[in-house]
Amino acid sequence: MATKKNININLKIWRQKNAKEKGKMETYKLDNVSTDSSFLEMLDQLNEQLVNNQQEPVAFDHDCREGICGMCSLYINGRAHGPDTGTTTCQLHMRKFKDGETIFIEPWRSKAFPVVKDLVVDRSSFDRIQQAGGFVSVNTSGNTIDANATPINKQDADKAFEAAACIGCGACVATCKNGSAMLFVGAKVSQYALLPQGQVEATQRVLNMVRQMDEEGFGNCTNTGACEVECPKGISLENIARMNREYLKASMK
Amino acid sequence: MAKSAFLKSSIAKKYWMALTGLFLCLFLVGHLIGNLQLFKSGYEGALQFNKYALFMTTNPLIKIMSYVTYISILFHAIDGIYLAIQNKKARPVAYAMNNSSANTSFSSRNMAVLGTLVLFFIATHMINFWAKMKFGTGMPLLVKEIVDPNVGAKQYMLIATPESPQQNVPVQGPVFDNNILKKQPIADIYIDGNKIVNKKNNDVLFEGYKDLHKLTISFFKSKARLFNVIPNEGLVFTIFYVLSMAILGFHLWHGFQSAFQSLGINNKFTPAIKTFGKLFSVIVPILFAIIPVYIHFILK
Amino acid sequence: MALDSKIPQGHISEKWTNHKNNLKLVAPNNRPKIDVIVVGTGLAGASAAASLGEMGYNVKAFCFQDSPRRAHSIAAQGGINAAKNYQNDGDSTYRLFYDTIKGGDYRAREANVHRLAEVSANIIDQCVAQGVPFARDYGGLLDNRSFGGTQVQRTFYAAGQTGQQLLLGAYSALSRQIGLGNVKMYNRHEMLDLVQVDGKARGIIARNLITGELERHSAHAVIIATGGYGNVYFLSTNAMGSNVTAAWKIHKKGAHFANPCYVQIHPTCIPVHGTNQSKLTLMSESLRNSGRIWVPAKIEDAEAIRAGKLKPTQIAEEDRDYYLERRYPAFGNLVPRDVASRAAKERCDAGYGIEANDTNEGVYLDFASEIISKGKQAAYTQGDHNPSDAKIQELGKKWVEEKYGNLFTMYEKITDENPYETPMKIYPAVHYTMGGVWVDYNLMSSIPGCFVAGEANFSDHGANRLGASALMQGLADGYFVLPYTVSNYLADEIRTGKISTDSPEFVEAENAVRQSIDQFINNKGTKSVDYFHKKLGLIMWNKVGMARNEKGLTEAIEEIGKLREEFYNDVFVPGAANEFNQELEKALRVADFMELGQLMAKDALLRKESCGGHFREEYQDAEGETLRDDENFAYVAAWEYNGSDASKSVLHKEELKYEFIKIAARNYK
Repeated sequence: MATKKNININLKIWRQKNAKEKGKMETYKLDNVSTDSSFLEMLDQLNEQLVNNQQEPVAFDHDCREGICGMCSLYINGRAHGPDTGTTTCQLHMRKFKDGETIFIEPWRSKAFPVVKDLVVDRSSFDRIQQAGGFVSVNTSGNTIDANATPINKQDADKAFEAAACIGCGACVATCKNGSAMLFVGAKVSQYALLPQGQVEATQRVLNMVRQMDEEGFGNCTNTGACEVECPKGISLENIARMNREYLKASMK
Repeated sequence: MAKSAFLKSSIAKKYWMALTGLFLCLFLVGHLIGNLQLFKSGYEGALQFNKYALFMTTNPLIKIMSYVTYISILFHAIDGIYLAIQNKKARPVAYAMNNSSANTSFSSRNMAVLGTLVLFFIATHMINFWAKMKFGTGMPLLVKEIVDPNVGAKQYMLIATPESPQQNVPVQGPVFDNNILKKQPIADIYIDGNKIVNKKNNDVLFEGYKDLHKLTISFFKSKARLFNVIPNEGLVFTIFYVLSMAILGFHLWHGFQSAFQSLGINNKFTPAIKTFGKLFSVIVPILFAIIPVYIHFILK
Repeated sequence: MALDSKIPQGHISEKWTNHKNNLKLVAPNNRPKIDVIVVGTGLAGASAAASLGEMGYNVKAFCFQDSPRRAHSIAAQGGINAAKNYQNDGDSTYRLFYDTIKGGDYRAREANVHRLAEVSANIIDQCVAQGVPFARDYGGLLDNRSFGGTQVQRTFYAAGQTGQQLLLGAYSALSRQIGLGNVKMYNRHEMLDLVQVDGKARGIIARNLITGELERHSAHAVIIATGGYGNVYFLSTNAMGSNVTAAWKIHKKGAHFANPCYVQIHPTCIPVHGTNQSKLTLMSESLRNSGRIWVPAKIEDAEAIRAGKLKPTQIAEEDRDYYLERRYPAFGNLVPRDVASRAAKERCDAGYGIEANDTNEGVYLDFASEIISKGKQAAYTQGDHNPSDAKIQELGKKWVEEKYGNLFTMYEKITDENPYETPMKIYPAVHYTMGGVWVDYNLMSSIPGCFVAGEANFSDHGANRLGASALMQGLADGYFVLPYTVSNYLADEIRTGKISTDSPEFVEAENAVRQSIDQFINNKGTKSVDYFHKKLGLIMWNKVGMARNEKGLTEAIEEIGKLREEFYNDVFVPGAANEFNQELEKALRVADFMELGQLMAKDALLRKESCGGHFREEYQDAEGETLRDDENFAYVAAWEYNGSDASKSVLHKEELKYEFIKIAARNYK
């Protein structure tokens, strides 16, 4: 709103027909991109141009476009969710780019996130980790105890919330040079470890979730800290440390 | 499942890397304290250093620690290589464009390469010093040079350890080792490590100090050609050691504080741990590196 | 077919309890023999699938996203209502019931709303037990905030991400059931038709969005929980993928579609910036707790601001028009959404808008007063009884950041303006659709065995939804209503046995879907799907938007009809049917929006009154407030499908009887 300006850009985009076929980087030129546009609106514009030329548009994942659903991904100019920090790709705006700039756009790269098409990857490995233990085993009877029966220290509740703010986008895996999912798993383990409701199953939860994570083919954490920097929700490395503690505790039992 | 996972799972591997890494940091400190004694010059320095070396090779507790160190180095290296291979597999297709310097330090991204270089250094270092000290048959024994003020001539004395059956023994030259025995055979004795033994009954006649001090000084001051090609090998060694310590520094720069994170320690002390780790990773390698520089360039 | 709402007899406060006691049950050993399909995994769908799976039914859940956790419930910001009365400010089940009926402008079904209020407290208990990290106070107890249309604090929240936390809670419950094998999850699958056998819902045809394969899935009951249809406007706060398709398909198969014209235009969204804009971003209603809405009182100031010659901070206090506080002193900035939206439109139409876009549509949401007042308070608690202005500003901003930090960051990312320093610019945008598939008290549509839950049904919000009530309804339906009512239906199905997908009904349904897909692929037109969607959106926004009139609505019906024809003739869908094809997905959805849009206009045209989100310019009082016609329009308009031309749809009326609440004019003054 503040600055109305249009720029012309060059795009280098990964194109891959499907999971089986090999892909490659393709170059596109896109003119008159408003700097007030979001990055995905820029891709919409590109796709409109492609469709109008009877070409196949670029497939990319997106849904809420307000940075909360975690569906959008994209490795932009060598960084997960692009050059801005604390944002998802859908919140990234074209004012962060210069006129005439060449922008690289690639899918998340991880063995556990196989490419579906172009920039779309399959992140169901995250779901399977969640299914292995990312829950509190409480039935939906509504006959649980009153919500205020167990006071929870505000600091713990706030920390649990901060961990729970993870949107499951996979940027941590994408940016990690080892393709490790520890920030994602650490955040989920932490959320429950910090709350009394999660204590009961703490041992099994951390063991099962880590086992599933390892089985999915994610790499190992070497504490480079890239995930924390690139996480659009600012999930802290503290959560990985907490998971390490929880795992140690669980293993001793 | 808990038991097996404790060795195999990704998190368990982190614990082991951290534990062995931190232990090796401790080892570095011990090693450094020993090395710093090289700054003490003259006979007194040599005696102290060699006494220390003898203690380090014979004390049973230290022996146990040394085995832990060997195992740590091996485990740290093997586990590290294994992790690196696994991590490589986790990303089969690389990014065409990757701006990793935007979110990580050089050290953290290159731990495997840095570690491999450090391992290479450790290997050469052990061949040149540790192996000679431990298995080498040519280690000289500590000889003290005494100038008799009355006569003005130099005399040489083989220095005995407190355990030695015989007290200090006069010898011919400034160096006493197996080569001397080979050149001018002295009847009925041989050198076994730091001991002079009677060939006939294997009685220990004398116990001296292996002169690691001399070995070290001559290593870095050597004017010989390395591989018979490169002149002034002492300078080459000095440069190699300084570079290796720089690499070690980078390895520690990430490794030290990373170990705490792996062990689940991330709390209000973390900033202090990080600062300490960075100081550690700068100061320790510099102190190590100063020694060869001092020997090569300054020590007379 | 006559509409039978199946409202139980008895006093309002006993209806649900009595009804539950009389519903039929399915014994645990019979449940695994029964299949249930749940389409959509938002709050309603995920909680329903989790609950039914946990009971032991064989559940198949479907979502078009790559994971059930992405459903758009996740984007709800402000909170969830519950009549807990934790704040001791006089709240009760009755009061929540009353507020919701009144907020809905007396166009909701009493019995449903009361049930919603009854189970609201259970929802909070349930979510806390699941590990949902709601905001707490320093005593460790749950915190509450205030929302529009109420005078109590009953809204539970988790910063500005309440929907996310609740959805992740439901997703975790669902994940647990998937892990246990009780629920089979189909990600990236889109339901494209309902299959009926002997009149009953017996399955669906779903397209695997990765392979393009059409799949037949059979079940003894089908639950549709696919959200609202706000994307008919193209620009809305809905997710890009939000669509009406599943709901529309069952409508086409016989389910009535109720009150399609009830659309909620949310007052606080970031204004439109340009033609390439793909969606509108909501700024939570909770901001109206702290922010004051205003426009310049002088038209020349508004002009100067639009021209960039004046900054909002330069306008003196006396030259500002806090129009909500002026018009509605009792509720002030916390009037219900429809009222706030219309008031913004009124000011902008009068020329006081401050946004420099094509339509000048924008008003200020200003936090300056709150920053000062909270800053002073904070300084005081720190023992500083005479704080400097800088200190007040610092502490005040800190307070605001803690409360709304993520929203402020989001605003700054999008607009490149710092809302701590300059007021936010906001404008109403399409947000929620109160209308939806008609359901009876059991949440079953007019198709036996086809249930509809959450935003996809019409049931609880009347003509306007109060803030923080959508989350409440989604979870109430999924956790606490459907498990009982679906079981009641399934009790008669224990002898049915596995339903074959080879029956002619399945074959026919699949062929019909294939045909419609092939039609798009082979069409080879010249224009993109978005081109038509944007055109449709513009018609809808201009003529079926915040203010409607007979002329506009009549035109809209005609224009949409023409546009639909053009769409089928000239749309170009690249790629093939048997592959991942996002353009095809969009085309199939827009095709349904084209029919729905027309029905919305028709419904709006026929509803000759103003109520809640439906504002007919012909029916307003002297002060511009809505003028309801209870005598003639106190009914639910349930439409029966009769071909793609909605003007031929058949209207059925469900009279709304207010037995326990005295129907009155809504007054927030």
